Amino acid sequence: MIQLEQFLILSSLIFSIGVIGIFLNRKNVIIILMSIELILLAVNINLVSFSYFLGDLTGQIFALFVLTVAAAEAAIGLAILVVYNRNAGNIEIENINSLKG
Amino acid sequence: MDKAAQIITVSFISLAALMSAFAFIIHINDHSIIHIKLFDWIAVGSFIVSWSIYVDPVTRIMLIVICSVSALVHIYSIGYMSHDNSKPRFMAYLSLFTFAMLALVTADNFLQLFFGWEGVGLASYLLIGFWYKKSTANAASIKAFVVNRVGDFGLALGIFAIFYLFGTLDYQEVFYKAEALAAGTSNISSSIFFFGYEIGSLNLICFLLFIGAMGKSAQIFLHTWLPDAMEGPTPVSALIHAATMVTAGVFLIVRCSPMYDLAPDILSLITFVGATTAIFAASIGLVQNDIKRIIAYSTCSQLGYMFFAVGVGAYGAAMFHLFTHAFFKALLFLGAGSVIHAVNDEQDIRKMGGLSSYIPFTHMLMLIGTISLMGFPFTAGYYSKDAIIESAYLASSGFSSYAFIIGLLGVLMTSFYSWRLMFLTFNGTSRIEEKDISRIHESPNVMLIPLIILAIGALFSGYFFKDYFIGSNSELFWGNSIALHHHDEHHIPFLIYYAPMLLGFLGLFLAWYMYLKNKSIPGKIVKLNGPLYQFLLNKWYFDELYEFIFVRPAKAIGHFLWKVFDGRIIDGFGPDGIAKVVLDLSIRAKRIQSGYIYHYAFAILIGVSLFITYFIYRNL
Repeated sequence: MIQLEQFLILSSLIFSIGVIGIFLNRKNVIIILMSIELILLAVNINLVSFSYFLGDLTGQIFALFVLTVAAAEAAIGLAILVVYNRNAGNIEIENINSLKG
Repeated sequence: MDKAAQIITVSFISLAALMSAFAFIIHINDHSIIHIKLFDWIAVGSFIVSWSIYVDPVTRIMLIVICSVSALVHIYSIGYMSHDNSKPRFMAYLSLFTFAMLALVTADNFLQLFFGWEGVGLASYLLIGFWYKKSTANAASIKAFVVNRVGDFGLALGIFAIFYLFGTLDYQEVFYKAEALAAGTSNISSSIFFFGYEIGSLNLICFLLFIGAMGKSAQIFLHTWLPDAMEGPTPVSALIHAATMVTAGVFLIVRCSPMYDLAPDILSLITFVGATTAIFAASIGLVQNDIKRIIAYSTCSQLGYMFFAVGVGAYGAAMFHLFTHAFFKALLFLGAGSVIHAVNDEQDIRKMGGLSSYIPFTHMLMLIGTISLMGFPFTAGYYSKDAIIESAYLASSGFSSYAFIIGLLGVLMTSFYSWRLMFLTFNGTSRIEEKDISRIHESPNVMLIPLIILAIGALFSGYFFKDYFIGSNSELFWGNSIALHHHDEHHIPFLIYYAPMLLGFLGLFLAWYMYLKNKSIPGKIVKLNGPLYQFLLNKWYFDELYEFIFVRPAKAIGHFLWKVFDGRIIDGFGPDGIAKVVLDLSIRAKRIQSGYIYHYAFAILIGVSLFITYFIYRNL
């Protein structure tokens, strides 16, 4: 029987991978989107596992909502990227710094 | 617009002139006082100052002088300023001046007097700088204002001292309390600490008021503004810088004569200053070449006469000279204006000459002014100046014999420079350039008629009013308005009696001999006395001295305060410094904003971590 701790360790690992993916990635914006998906996934794992071990369905339903929002977010993110690529010619993070003070 | 301004100002001031003449004539044999309080100005507890019209004999004299000369100058200005573009402004300034001067002389307290005093100063400033595009006119107006501030500061301190000691500014109360103080029947302290020195209260007040009078009446040390004030239009010189405003100082002291009589030391000082001014200004007048400046120095010198008359206690004679002087000096100035108008704004008498055949009317009128100024028998100046010199002879107060000798010497000089001006301007061969001669023209009637009226005053005002001012009717005429002193005229030796007249004729003869008969003499005298000539031509180097003592240090202090104190210290630590710090901080803050999304994400993460850490540890 797999214990709650193992789920939590898995989810925190995935979360860390996502976070590190955001910071260490200097090349591609799509990887940032993927990292965000990983973070959301880690949260989902937490929600589902707590739901299971506490016997409360709310967490699982919440996870479904998160999935929906994540899908929408990915769609919008990709759409922005497409537009940005059309305007700037590339999507390299190094070049996306127009907020520089 | 021009016409409307002229009609309004001229008609009102003429009405005022007629009314003041009426008031003067009907009250000539009674010294009744008309006192109307218009309304309260300041009322604090028992201290009440009101706007008022206070007409006693002294005021009546001032009223007729001010209103009549002002009316004539207003009329004259219509002709004189006919080529000017801002006539309404000019007429408005003239009327403003007249208003302030009337407020000054009709005051029944020192505060309203001060209001008028500052008002005439302002009007004088505005009118000297009337041609504001001329840099010399601007400089002259600022000089007049600044030099007058020195005097006005004295006057203000004097008024403070009066209020401090007597608790009131009303003339009658002040004089009453001053007498009680001098008699020792009052509890007011008879001495006062001023800059650490113990000075008699009355002496201090009189001295400070005299400083104010010196500034306004251009006495020596504070005279430097008056010659420069000639940068203004000539009617202004006639009205303000000859007939009325500059006599305000004399008026002030005559008005306060009951108090000055109690401060004999200050009267001696006034005698000394007045006599010194009389000779000093006359000596400069001997060698000047600008027609208006000669008359300006003459004014300065005649004011000196009035002051030493006051100083020897001859208040009536001083007022008499003020009265006659207003007529003949305004006549001379307006005549000079007519000459300047005729020769296309030339003011240098070396470039005139032989004008009598071109402008005979002006010549005749100026001649009347000149004989009155020199004291030709039976003209106005003859009576008033003789009265002053005789009073100086008879007086036994401090410096009175000095004043007497100076007075006689001054008569000689006055006569000489007046006739020098006349001969160089109107007689001899013409030194005007050929092309300008055809343009010489007599002034229009609107300018000549005021001159004629003034000429009548210059000839007859002395003869008709001498009995009232200084003669047998004087007690009836003055009443209590001034302090009267009586001298027995029979004690005057024959020679003393005729000396002023003889010296006047001597001056006339010298001028005639040097400038018409034997023209090489002035050049020789100049060659023999080079340094003296330069000394006089440069006005005793007063301007240079003041430049060195006051102007340059003031400029240096100003420069220091501007550059170092204001620029480096106040701005350095104040606005500029704060702005610099803010800029510096923003540059640093700007560096944080790299624009890379992972930097922001990292900052968010760190922030969240810190928050979480904080909340976890707080609840432990």
